Amino acid sequence: MLSLLQEAAAAPAVVPTGAVRFVWLAVALPLLGFLVNGALALRRPTAKSAVSLVGSGVVILAFVVAAGVYVQLRGHPPEAPLIVELWRWIPSDALDIRLAFQVDQLSTVMLLIVTGVGSLIHLFSIGYMHEDPGYARFFAYLNLFIVFMLVLVLGANLPVTFIGWEGVGLCSYLLIGFWFSEEANADAGKKAFLVNRIGDFGFLVAMFFIWWNLRTLDYVAIAERAPIRLAAGGTIVTITTLLLFLGCAGKSAQIPLYVWLPDAMAGPTPVSALIHAATMVTAGVYLVARTNVLYSMAPLSSGVVAAVGALTALFAATIGLRQYDIKKVLAYSTISQLGYMFLAVGSGAYVAGIFHLTTHAFFKALLFLGAGSVIHAMHHAYHATGSHDDAQDMRNMGGLRRKLPWTFVLMLLATLAIAGVPPLSGFFSKDEILSAVFARGQGHPGWMVLWGMGLLTALLTAFYMMRLLAMTFLGENRTGTTEHEHLHEAPWIMTGPLLVLGVLTVAGGVLNLPGFVGGHEGLAHWLEPGLQVALKQVPLVPVEGGTETLLIAGAVAVALGGLLLGWRATLAKPIPSAREAPPEHGFARVLYHKYYIDELYRALLVRPLVGLSRWILWKGVDQGLVDGAAVNGSASFMRGLGWLGSRLQSGNLGVYVVVFLIGAVWLLRALAR
Amino acid sequence: MLIGPALLLSALLFTIGVAGVVLRRNAIVLFMCVELMLNAVNLSFVALSQVLGLGGQVMVFFVMTVAAAEAAVGLAIILAIFRHTRTVDLKNINLLQG
Amino acid sequence: MSAESVFYVLGGFALISALLCILQRNPVASALWLVATMFSLAAIYVLLHAQFIAAIQVLVYAGAVMVLFLFVIMLLNLGRDAADLRGRPARVAAVAVAVGLLGELVLLAAVTPGSLSVLAGGVPGAASPLEGFPAGSAGLAAPATHGVVGAIAAPLFQTYLVPFEITSILLLAAAVGAVVLAKRKL
Repeated sequence: MLSLLQEAAAAPAVVPTGAVRFVWLAVALPLLGFLVNGALALRRPTAKSAVSLVGSGVVILAFVVAAGVYVQLRGHPPEAPLIVELWRWIPSDALDIRLAFQVDQLSTVMLLIVTGVGSLIHLFSIGYMHEDPGYARFFAYLNLFIVFMLVLVLGANLPVTFIGWEGVGLCSYLLIGFWFSEEANADAGKKAFLVNRIGDFGFLVAMFFIWWNLRTLDYVAIAERAPIRLAAGGTIVTITTLLLFLGCAGKSAQIPLYVWLPDAMAGPTPVSALIHAATMVTAGVYLVARTNVLYSMAPLSSGVVAAVGALTALFAATIGLRQYDIKKVLAYSTISQLGYMFLAVGSGAYVAGIFHLTTHAFFKALLFLGAGSVIHAMHHAYHATGSHDDAQDMRNMGGLRRKLPWTFVLMLLATLAIAGVPPLSGFFSKDEILSAVFARGQGHPGWMVLWGMGLLTALLTAFYMMRLLAMTFLGENRTGTTEHEHLHEAPWIMTGPLLVLGVLTVAGGVLNLPGFVGGHEGLAHWLEPGLQVALKQVPLVPVEGGTETLLIAGAVAVALGGLLLGWRATLAKPIPSAREAPPEHGFARVLYHKYYIDELYRALLVRPLVGLSRWILWKGVDQGLVDGAAVNGSASFMRGLGWLGSRLQSGNLGVYVVVFLIGAVWLLRALAR
Repeated sequence: MLIGPALLLSALLFTIGVAGVVLRRNAIVLFMCVELMLNAVNLSFVALSQVLGLGGQVMVFFVMTVAAAEAAVGLAIILAIFRHTRTVDLKNINLLQG
Repeated sequence: MSAESVFYVLGGFALISALLCILQRNPVASALWLVATMFSLAAIYVLLHAQFIAAIQVLVYAGAVMVLFLFVIMLLNLGRDAADLRGRPARVAAVAVAVGLLGELVLLAAVTPGSLSVLAGGVPGAASPLEGFPAGSAGLAAPATHGVVGAIAAPLFQTYLVPFEITSILLLAAAVGAVVLAKRKL
């Protein structure tokens, strides 16, 4: 115990200065936005300009704060993470949890992404949600989401991160079920929340494990104490990291907890872009990167992380091949790309994982917002003609490149990026992951298998993304002749953010250009101080120059090949519109039905649980035991006792006298003893 | 010294009073049996005051006083009940039943 | 005629009167037998050197309380019919309780320290029966100096003054209570 205190006293207290001291503003401003927009939603829902101004303004200001923090850190890199403490939250003897924000290189990257991409999506939403009656409520929830996401990435200890973790889950539920009058949307929100809960359980138990063994929950202290107190590769570290990964699997939609993400597409498209592409789902990857010290000490868990990531990537990619809803394809694509990120951090290539997180935020947000533009146009068309066809079904689209030229060009760029075509950003990040896995694979055949899965997934990714592009923008239009005239490009408030994202998608590669093309590996150097302990345990294996070039060539070939195959295969035959489409056959049917996983879960898990709840817990325990025996039973028992007692009060004086005398005699005996 | 026989007599009178209380249905007669019990106790006190001092006789004094007061109030109650129910039969005075 | 034989005669009379009191059907007869019991008790008090108490017994109890009882019986005009004894269960209960109580009391007498026999005969080997009991002898000697009333007045107004005063308040309350309860209209 004494040594604990000595350790605590010896830790250097880094006093933050300058812009970093104001990092809490980045959280407080969106919170203010939430309160104002919430109040407006309740009192004056039609004040759309006020809501737009406040809702987007606070996030843009938060981005300014983030930029300031970045500039300061860039100019004066600190030796240790800067802790900005707000107040003592739980001061309970040894368990001293403070509400504190940790400003270091990793959190700054996340801070910039969340506020930056978040601002763009807020601006997009001004146009997209303009006609929605719940406009103010939408922005309130969106701002609240930013608050919680920032708390998550800025948290200096596990409990604060957990607040953010739970909070983004809440906002996800609120926003997925935004149009809750449709039961399907409300169900999707519930599904997301419940599946996440399973992951949260893992997170919590992992927290208890960490507290039990390390007597601390602060990241800085964990990094210091874990290598000393825990055995590398031992049971405790392995169990803890596996449980943490359970939480990540829930939040970042990996097998087996990914099932909520496709259903989450029921929410408005900006929500899908922000939460289910760029930010919330990356929280799992962020958490693994944050606790990299623990993962580097547990090779088994890291292997599990990588394997699950690779498997999920491949699995989701296959499902994406046969989906017709444009947002569902993008959802499975997100799951697949998240798998890539976990493959990266599982192999010890934390920089590659964060790099891909960043580039993915750019091009996936662009893809989703672009899809939003398309859906916006389709809705207008169907609204004008009163048709009830599905506006999101790609079989109803086609040839839209003439009507939405800007959207088409930008989505083409994003597709090339996600496929991994140089020199766009996606190429650099994906290639870095694959070469890191390949490097691990030298001498370890297991990792080679994972590399192969990653390569195959790249091929499939290129294929289905091209399929999406072709079905939507190329070929002949299948929307219908009357609707055709009403299709038009989105207003500038929506196309503007798309442009910015497009620029980032194209140029994002410069963030971490590898050495052999003359780059400075900026991100790697930036993140290095936080990864020193991990890199000592699991050093990155370098790949020889010759093999490196071969790998790159292979990756590019796969990407281009996939794109070509996708283009040809999709446009080979005329595509029937959704109404006329024949039902699927064979393996395609299995893919279309997502391998029937949802049905499997329902039969294996949901049904028994509901049955248990209804028949045993409700009818049996609650109604029978608690209501019947305990509540009513005790009441009847008391009434019975009371009836017995009432017989004594017969009103008959003689009875009273006799009882009295018996008592008196008894008393005499007692006194005489 | 007649203490022994006196105490025995007191016990017997008391028991007779108790039996009377249980036996009788008329409220006034019941009251009279209670007075009988009180008298028996007075006899005990007086008998023992021969050996234990004049405190016994003082006690009897007080018992008699209180018994008189009690008789007055009790009979007033019985009168009030009689006005209500036109009977002093205990069988009919059972409004306190629960 | 020794004191004891007089006591037995009076005691027997008291017992028979009590029994008749509780067994009479007519409430007036019950009252009168109770008066007889009280008279015999008063005589016994004199035998037990409690002359003042005997006087009060006759004056207050037999003279006032029983007269009050008779007044009320007359007022309520209770005849024979209203005085029936209770049914068989009650009679059984009465006998049982009486036997139990008597047995209890006799038992008590046997086991209490300083049993009746000792008290009756005094401490064995003593000069006079009251040698071991100073308070008792003082009590018996007091009337010689202060007179019968004076003997009881001393403890009443000295040691037991407070109960005396409280009793006066009690009597006041009883008087008021009786008047209020018996009124026709408040």
